[in-house]
Amino acid sequence: MDPLMPPPIRRIALDREPNVAPPRAAPQLNGASEAPTQRRSMARPPVSIVYERMRVENVWLAYGENWVVRDVTLPVSQGEVLALIGASGSGKTTLLRSLNRLTEITAGASRAGRILLDGTDIHEFEANELRRRVSMVFQQPNPFPMSIFDNVAYSLAEQAPPRGRRRRRTAEIERAVEDALRRAGLYEEVAGDLDRPALKLSGGQQQRLCIARALAAKPEVLLLDEPCSALDPISTATIEELIVGLRESVAVVIVTHNLQQAFRVADHVAFMHLGELIEYGSSEQVFDRPVQQRTKDYISGAFG
Amino acid sequence: MASVGLSPTPPPGTLAVRPRREHIRSWPLVDRLCYALCWLTGIGLCLIAVGIVAIMFAKGVSYLTLSQFITSPSASIQQSQSGGFSDPIIGTLIVTAIGILIAAPLGIAIAAWLAEYRRPSWLARTVESAIEMLAGVPSVVLAIFGLVVLSQGYLGFLSEGANHGSLGESFFNAGIVMSLIALPLVVGSTRQGLNQLPDRLREASYALGKTRATTIRCVLLPATRPNIASGIVLGMGRIIGDTAIITIVLGATLRNEPVNSVPLLGLLRGTGSTLTSYVYYNSPAGEGNSHEKAYAAAFVLLMIVLILNSIVTRLTNGPRERGTAFRLLRFGTSRS
Repeated sequence: MDPLMPPPIRRIALDREPNVAPPRAAPQLNGASEAPTQRRSMARPPVSIVYERMRVENVWLAYGENWVVRDVTLPVSQGEVLALIGASGSGKTTLLRSLNRLTEITAGASRAGRILLDGTDIHEFEANELRRRVSMVFQQPNPFPMSIFDNVAYSLAEQAPPRGRRRRRTAEIERAVEDALRRAGLYEEVAGDLDRPALKLSGGQQQRLCIARALAAKPEVLLLDEPCSALDPISTATIEELIVGLRESVAVVIVTHNLQQAFRVADHVAFMHLGELIEYGSSEQVFDRPVQQRTKDYISGAFG
Repeated sequence: MASVGLSPTPPPGTLAVRPRREHIRSWPLVDRLCYALCWLTGIGLCLIAVGIVAIMFAKGVSYLTLSQFITSPSASIQQSQSGGFSDPIIGTLIVTAIGILIAAPLGIAIAAWLAEYRRPSWLARTVESAIEMLAGVPSVVLAIFGLVVLSQGYLGFLSEGANHGSLGESFFNAGIVMSLIALPLVVGSTRQGLNQLPDRLREASYALGKTRATTIRCVLLPATRPNIASGIVLGMGRIIGDTAIITIVLGATLRNEPVNSVPLLGLLRGTGSTLTSYVYYNSPAGEGNSHEKAYAAAFVLLMIVLILNSIVTRLTNGPRERGTAFRLLRFGTSRS
């Protein structure tokens, strides 16, 4: 094997290497369909309680004169993962950002309709309180330029300590940081040196740090905006497993361009096109028996 | 997945072929001339820098004695009788400290407001032009202005002179006026640093439920620390090098003259001098007659500035940054 070649992701067993599993048979493609045919590989333990946390009701969102989300109604439930899929410009990300009112920091954004969190309109909350309960992870890993520990501790502290001074490490904070890092599956990798600068981590580790940071604030809803699009397949797999594991304790909404990923992680899928919600249903139903023609076209790769 | 592993070193011979380098003869004539010009100017700049240090070193060291650091200057035509420059050194340190202690927090606050809040926008624009104006005002004008304002009787706690209806010349007042010339540099540098930070840092913090103020305090300002430090060094450089304000607002007396016996306060409320005014006074152009001491003092002044810059550059960039031959000469620079 040429040693200058990048390492393959799935390695075909070489001779005299009996411990490498032989490749599985290529999945059968049904007709011309590009639809995800790979069965879910990760264990998905059933979640006992599923109940609605957020509700999007007839929401319209605009930047300036331009309506990018039109009349969307959606439930967001604890105990499951909701995936928003759709082509670029379909308004998925805008809808996601409106769930914790991050659209408000964009000048010229306007909104109609109601978004409820546990029955209360989210605009009745103070923005900061809402964002502590509905936290978000972005497409690009964006850890703060401080140590790993401080990154997580920052989101813990209600009242952050003065600038420049190292955060006081009480046993309580240390435990909470460790817990958040464990939930994000990062603790084992970084446990040796939590004082390392976060920017020295790899991209996948940075993204998991961002998830840990979001989880440390004990959110009730976790919003993920294409969390894996900047990552390699191995990191992606780690994060997908993590997402599936998280849905028991938080309601998860994920925006993704990757249909395979939506199929792997989501319990419910919402397909959006040009700002409208075309189809919403369980993952199996949307991918196997889509009702709308446009959904069928999209997941079979006719456009998008 | 765990068994994905390749030998980390390429087999011998793989890298034997050197990539062929582009040859300068293939460049157009204009490019070659410009390239030569870049080299010439670069080397020329280094020569000037070396020349300054070398000449001051040659002139200064020969006249410099250890006793000059600990003896006060005295008025005498005889070089042997005119003492040292301990007072100007102390004066320089005090004025710089007061000036930067005022300018740094104010400047950082102004920059944070300009870069992050900017509301109402007409006020932000006004503040911007005010800062620009301040940066453009000659320091001698600021000195006159400061002397007029700070000589008011009710500001007598800053200077003894103002108490008696005479001029308010003191270390306090000189430091205050000095802070005005350092302020635009601190504001400009901090603001530039804040503007360079990507918006995703801010979004990340807002998405965790943090307020704008917390974000600035805990994320943005620490992230822009190199720029803040370079602004502070540039400001200190200007303060140390200024002579007009010293002459007018500090009095440029030969010795530091405490107004009473209160340890520090008496000194700060009284008049004094700094190295710049001392050098001017004793230079061939000044009234004093100790030219040799002027060279020695100028050399000390240069050394103070260079050491200061190197300390802050080191603090800013961390010890890992690779050194340059002339890193001491880089005036408050920082990467990023």
